[in-house]
Amino acid sequence: MSHALTLITFVPIVGMVLILALPGAMKNAFKWIAAAATVPQLLIAIYLYEHFDTTTSAVQFAEKASWMPSYHITYFVGVDGISISMVLLTALIMFISTFASFGINRAEKGYYAMLLMLDTGMMGVFVSLDFFLFYIFWEVMLLPMYFLIGIWGGPRREYAAIKFFLYTLLGSVLILLAMLGLYYYSATPTFDLTQLAANSSHYSIGFQRIVWIALFIGFAIKIPAFPFHTWLPDAHVEAPTAISVILAGVLLKMGTYGILRVNFAVLPAASYQLAWLFLGVIGTINIVYGAMCAMAQTDYKKLIAYSSISHMGYVMLGMAAFTAAGINGAVLQMFNHGTITAMLFILVGVIYDRAHHREINGFGGLAQQMPIYTAITGFAFFAGMGLPGMSAFISEVLVLLGAWQTHPFMVVFGAATAVLTAGYLLWTFQRIYLGPLNEKYKDFPDLSFREAFTLVPLGIIVLILGVYPQAILGLLNTSLVHLNQVVLSTSGAAVAMVR
Amino acid sequence: MDLGNLASLKHFIPEMILVAGVLAIVIIDLAVRNKSRLGVLALIAAAASLLAIGLEPALSGAWLFHRMLVFDSFAIYFRTLIALAAVVAIWMSIGSEEVKSCDQGEYYAILLASTFAMFLMAESANLLMAYLALEFVSLTSYILTGFLRHNRRSLEAALKYLIYGGVASGTMIYGMSWIFGITGSLDFNVINKALSTPAHLPVLAVFIALVLILTGMGYKVASVPFHMWAPDVYTGAPIPITTFLAVGSKAAGFALLTRFFFPAISHLAAGGSWTALAGVDWPQLLLFVCIITMTLGNLAALQQTNMKRLLAYSSIAQAGYALMGFVVLSNDGIRAMLFYLFAYYVMDAGAFVVVMMVANSTGREDVDAYRGLAWRGGIVPALALTIFLFSLTGIPLTIGFIGKFYLFAAVIRGQFYILAIVGILNSVVSLYYYLKPVQMMFFEQPRGDEGSLRFQAWNYGLMGVLACATIAFGLYWSPIISFANRSLSFFTGPT
Repeated sequence: MSHALTLITFVPIVGMVLILALPGAMKNAFKWIAAAATVPQLLIAIYLYEHFDTTTSAVQFAEKASWMPSYHITYFVGVDGISISMVLLTALIMFISTFASFGINRAEKGYYAMLLMLDTGMMGVFVSLDFFLFYIFWEVMLLPMYFLIGIWGGPRREYAAIKFFLYTLLGSVLILLAMLGLYYYSATPTFDLTQLAANSSHYSIGFQRIVWIALFIGFAIKIPAFPFHTWLPDAHVEAPTAISVILAGVLLKMGTYGILRVNFAVLPAASYQLAWLFLGVIGTINIVYGAMCAMAQTDYKKLIAYSSISHMGYVMLGMAAFTAAGINGAVLQMFNHGTITAMLFILVGVIYDRAHHREINGFGGLAQQMPIYTAITGFAFFAGMGLPGMSAFISEVLVLLGAWQTHPFMVVFGAATAVLTAGYLLWTFQRIYLGPLNEKYKDFPDLSFREAFTLVPLGIIVLILGVYPQAILGLLNTSLVHLNQVVLSTSGAAVAMVR
Repeated sequence: MDLGNLASLKHFIPEMILVAGVLAIVIIDLAVRNKSRLGVLALIAAAASLLAIGLEPALSGAWLFHRMLVFDSFAIYFRTLIALAAVVAIWMSIGSEEVKSCDQGEYYAILLASTFAMFLMAESANLLMAYLALEFVSLTSYILTGFLRHNRRSLEAALKYLIYGGVASGTMIYGMSWIFGITGSLDFNVINKALSTPAHLPVLAVFIALVLILTGMGYKVASVPFHMWAPDVYTGAPIPITTFLAVGSKAAGFALLTRFFFPAISHLAAGGSWTALAGVDWPQLLLFVCIITMTLGNLAALQQTNMKRLLAYSSIAQAGYALMGFVVLSNDGIRAMLFYLFAYYVMDAGAFVVVMMVANSTGREDVDAYRGLAWRGGIVPALALTIFLFSLTGIPLTIGFIGKFYLFAAVIRGQFYILAIVGILNSVVSLYYYLKPVQMMFFEQPRGDEGSLRFQAWNYGLMGVLACATIAFGLYWSPIISFANRSLSFFTGPT
């Protein structure tokens, strides 16, 4: 397959066009077309996984074509260890969330068309190596997200949708300015991220710092890093289940991915100087503050949303460490967070579909009525807590170990938060699933086959990566160690300090 | 080349076609009873003129009519844009319910005459000609704005337009008299020569003269502080005329502004950067005008509940964006501005077409009329309007994004960082009001009493063309940017 990356990016668009071409009355066809469009994507992702050369940090499966020669804009896609893990995650989450969407019963045609467009946007972000192309995909993904929240969302959907859009647009226009700055001040004007990275020493350190901060704000809004996180709980609460899954599973990773791909690779010197504050301190705040907010929530979904903010903090902390363990842990945590949070949001969706509310204190004793559902929830909660044997344990330990060498003080907070996390998750579990059964819910059916089908694969992956993290770490390691070296080598004295 | 009256006619065919169209409509109007075909005749005249521009022989440039007009590639770009605006305006007029009740003959004749005058504005090489052309455009615009004679809003708009326009053009001609006093000429080229020899130049006097002239030109492009007429006029005029004023008249204003401020009173250095002559710091002045124009336009638009008024303030802000290309004083900037004006034409005209379609079906122009539009038979217009509004915001995959990209590229390259930040923040603010109709159309459910809507195929056609252009040029914009690139040369000729 010579055009694997182009295929994996644009297969959903084919599905979208097909859906748009069919008459709106064929309600049942749309969901199956959407599901069918995500299957080849998953297969190509597996193909890429199989054929990926883990011994090199170079770009693989690259495709390049001229687009706008006068501005040196190219269609340039390719993957390295960092992006291939995200491509895998995207293909997996999109496959799952299409099936999680089957409950949508209004304007299905638009819904699935938007879902597939979103798919292309996300996949495009992860495979683009031309900054202009990256930006186009970055923005393209906003539009379907806005409509998916705004049309199919909950009661306050308009507010949530516009807040999401405004926040992210603010971030992306800053990225646009930074992009133009990088273009005009590079050695040879180019948007090619690999070339920009190769000539990174050309930029003066003062210029690097300004551009770094502009890019950071743009990406931090997506993560979302404190204090730009306030859109996320609103968006999650109002979004339909499958969209929450995508939001938490893939979209948030785009922020940290962007920082690795652009900030770290293109502006290594500034990264080394600024990361302790912007990634380390803010990441730690994310961890602690997110967990505390989660503890205070009474809305099940909002609780998961804040816990998601908290867990993204580990990614940032790991990136700030500049050790092989830290950065490997960070990207592995991105993957694990994607699978575990996706499970949690599907689980919230299951109970919301039955009870039509998410008030934690309004449930009780569901374990008696829905034993399988409760068992899977318990599994997902333990995974969220980072218990040994589950995937998140490996990545969080790697992050903490890696950061210990450079930022021990922050690690203390990060590690201590594990207690808070266990606290709010167990407390929530107790209030919803244990105790006497609330009479209102005595005829709730247990998990349907479709719901189980969306949850079980994710659970299996969580288990496998808990025992054999090398399956993903093997992909990442070479590229990340190389990236880490690049950043460290820009500041010679700093290397000694790390040792 | 300095061509005389007869020799000039060879390069004046598009204009002559328009004049012929005006005369034909006036005469046929007297002869026939069924006036409904007059619009088609006007459309043919405008289209033929557009075609004639395309077929014009390649020529590096020439003075026409004893240096009153100039024929160069810059003029071709703007005449194309204006002719396109006229085609859209006439097409819309044919499909508009408002215009059906008017005197068709006069309406189309004046519309074509106005187009002709805008052509002259884009070609003026002499302050007197510029003034006459601008007044010609203004007079025809007043009439067209007040064309709905039985509509109080339309009449009020025309009156406001007239009063503002009178003051602005009076101020402008006063400024021109200063320039004439200082340089001894009204000819752009001679003015340039006179200002290039800085000995004993009264810099303050030149500056005051420029500010006075800017009044008249700023009024045409609706930049702050001469923008006050725009919201009322755009709201009161029939929608096709609003469109024509928003895209055509504004483009003509930009053409005149550029031709006066660049080749006439600035100097082109190697590498495509311009310097203001005689130490007059007009770029600084325009920088403030630009920043305030876009900010004020956007902030005022936030509060609007009438679609025409919302788009009016949006068009003020859009003029501010286009001015960004103007103040960076480089060919990059002018190119970005030219491209942006084309982008603005496509997306703004498109938005007005949808506004007109909804007004035709519901008789309403307020944002509330769009409630649930997507769910009551209007999914296609709703999608199209969404495309146009996203394009106006500058979201990728649309021509508006490419336009903004070029503008910001020129601004960053010229190191106007404050301007870049202000422009960016403005884009974010503008998203809020551009999303209002989108939310109304998609997120709100229709109320029970609002039936399914129907739209005419004639209008669907225009809307479809503009929506496709918005997307297509957002993906492949090479033809437009190379056209803009070719149009960067101003003919200044041997004197």
